[in-house]
Amino acid sequence: MPFTKWEDFMSKSDVTRRGVLRTGAVAGAGLAVPTLFTASSAAAFTNEPTGSSVTLGFNVPQTGPYADEGADELRAYELAVEHLNGGGDGGMMTTFSSKALQGNGILGKKVEYVTGDTQTKSDAARASAKSMIEKDGAVMITGGSSSGVAVAVQALCQEAGIIFMAGLTHSNDTTGKDKRANGFRHFFNSYMSGAALAPVLKNAYGTDRKAYHLTADYNWGYTTEEAVKSSTEAMGWETVNTVLTPLTQTDFSSYIAPVLQSGADVLVLNHYGGNMVNSLTNAVQFGLRDKQVNGKNFEIVVPLYSRLMAKGAGANVKGIFGSTNWHWSLQDEGSKAFVRSFGTKYGFPPSQAAHTCYVQALLYADAVERAGSFNPCAVDEALADFEFDGMGNGPTLYRAEDHQCFKDVLVVKGKENPSSEFDLLEIVEVTPVEQVTYAPDHPQFAGGALGTCNPGA
Amino acid sequence: MEAIILQILNGLDKGSAYALIALGLTLIFGTLGVVNFAHGALFMIGAFCAVTLSRILTLSHEVIDPTRVDFLGNPLKVDVPYLYDWFGVETGDMIIDWAVPLSILFAIPVMIGIGVIMERGLIKHFYKRPHADQILVTFGLAIVLQEIIKYFYGANPIPTPAPDAFVGSFDFGVLIGFEANQIIYPYWRLVYFAFACLVIGAVFAFLQFTTFGMVVRAGMADRETVGLLGINIDKRFTIMFGLAAAVAGLAGVMYTPINSPNYHMGMDFLVLSFVVVVVGGMGSLPGAVLAGFLLGILESFASMAQVIDLIPGINQVIIYLVAIIILLTRPRGLMGRKGVMED
Repeated sequence: MPFTKWEDFMSKSDVTRRGVLRTGAVAGAGLAVPTLFTASSAAAFTNEPTGSSVTLGFNVPQTGPYADEGADELRAYELAVEHLNGGGDGGMMTTFSSKALQGNGILGKKVEYVTGDTQTKSDAARASAKSMIEKDGAVMITGGSSSGVAVAVQALCQEAGIIFMAGLTHSNDTTGKDKRANGFRHFFNSYMSGAALAPVLKNAYGTDRKAYHLTADYNWGYTTEEAVKSSTEAMGWETVNTVLTPLTQTDFSSYIAPVLQSGADVLVLNHYGGNMVNSLTNAVQFGLRDKQVNGKNFEIVVPLYSRLMAKGAGANVKGIFGSTNWHWSLQDEGSKAFVRSFGTKYGFPPSQAAHTCYVQALLYADAVERAGSFNPCAVDEALADFEFDGMGNGPTLYRAEDHQCFKDVLVVKGKENPSSEFDLLEIVEVTPVEQVTYAPDHPQFAGGALGTCNPGA
Repeated sequence: MEAIILQILNGLDKGSAYALIALGLTLIFGTLGVVNFAHGALFMIGAFCAVTLSRILTLSHEVIDPTRVDFLGNPLKVDVPYLYDWFGVETGDMIIDWAVPLSILFAIPVMIGIGVIMERGLIKHFYKRPHADQILVTFGLAIVLQEIIKYFYGANPIPTPAPDAFVGSFDFGVLIGFEANQIIYPYWRLVYFAFACLVIGAVFAFLQFTTFGMVVRAGMADRETVGLLGINIDKRFTIMFGLAAAVAGLAGVMYTPINSPNYHMGMDFLVLSFVVVVVGGMGSLPGAVLAGFLLGILESFASMAQVIDLIPGINQVIIYLVAIIILLTRPRGLMGRKGVMED
């Protein structure tokens, strides 16, 4: 019964100052309505659904360098909508620990959606999100394949009184200094990558290593470099040099050529997307992996792997360690259900971007069901400190303090003998959540404040 | 010292791509007077000629392997290239392995064809229009071309490796008396540099030592007079557009093992190549080549950690900084001719 679930949910919530503030905001928003609005608008919150349907806004890169990743995100959202409306085989709704979703839409309203093109540009992403909110009446915005976009759209949604369920965004700042009460991230972050990778690197390459970092010159690059640097230095590695590379760089030869002369025996490529494909390809071309330095084999590490991007680097990924949020080869019931659903519908396995987007759509819908309202503050309350399972990452917590999901992290390695074009990465370790959990006031996440939820309207 | 030699090698390699693209741009500008912003797209299409030939060579039929399963648990369908059936696995693999060099033969007619169609179908209508119109229409064309490529090939980079014989790197340092592992350089990049020199030499020889080339050079100097002599210079200039497209295309084909091609790789090179043309001197073929190599080397040096430590951000602006300095001191560029784009 919904009431029981709500009661269960409430019993899990800590009574904290923030919780009281949030609850107050929900109530306050409701009470404020008569004085805030004119007769033409009786909505309690922005884009309150009044008809028989509810509109979600999927803001993904449909053009630009991450268009393929965006297309996979969109496929996942379409699948999620199908499942929410009772179509298909239900996917992860059947394995999700919360049973609030019944396959009859959200709160009985049929789920419809509109899409926007982020172009992986912050201004374009904000414009498309704004359009979906103002013109299409989207009650929630989700998606994206870049931290810059996530931070920009999250801030917009906070101002507009809309829930933002982030897509693929890995920078610490999304739930660190740029966190917002209306924004939620399921994807893991740079700190978690560093914390998960360090022990594996220690086992594989030892504690006496000299690392050289090439880092993409933007927000995500900085936080990833900092995370990997601090976690590897903590286990004894020395950082020989860190070099920023322009985001627009395509040929990394002049950055890679000096690496061997630096005395380093590990190259860490804090690059993603096309940068990662090119820098890794160039590093392998220069024969770094065939060299011996300081009496050890030279190694390369890619902190954030994406299967879609790994495909672009071809055979160059073989044997190279990295981390990922999720992989289709996981054998838990949730992952199997999702891969079956997605693979049957589209003919190939989903990417980690598709997975996080699908999960975010379901988590939002579930939170609305449990809260009994689309009000962002009610959703905020329902997601805060929500614990769930059956979504492919094991037991997971949506932490109230920063709206970051805490779950196991996968350490993967480029597969030596792939059996298909999708079989590029193998899981070498599932790092338990305890090992990647940090305090909300950890220095890498310092600055900024979550604030209070904004119902808008 | 090792670092300096390495960066010179890198610069020559980068400069090879800049010089090849700038050479084509200059050919088009010198003959037709058109500022072709679609030239980067021609470089990208050349790269996709290599991708296309790779795909043609790996056209396959499916064979079910009952011993393995796919990601859904169904028996695995294995793709077997037709080349295996026709020539055996060993020969088939060898042909597939050499897809990139073979693409040179494939790309030359394709690129000449695309160049001629582009010139006759669209660009010739803009000869008498202002340069701003030419820039707008060719830039629009570049966007259309890259979107077409994206539609068919997707947005992700597509790995197109070099033949196995050229995979790996060469210890250049040992050759010139340094210790092992000090100056390592990839085989394919050396091939790229040699290939660029060969193409540049061939274009110059073609213009210098053939009657066709002589007429084209005469037309570049004084189009009207050559026309009055009863020579159909327009036809020759159209062929030159095709040739320039082929040069850009070949630069793209050979570039694919260096960086996996994607649909916007042409745009990445376009602006730099225009800077190269302007620095070299508008309409000057030797200037384009010289500036290409010069800016490639400067860009490489500016990427050295020691230089970045000294002047942060220099790696991002060096080319434009040098362009400003050269244009302030030599307004027509390094080897620019008087009167070009000055009317």
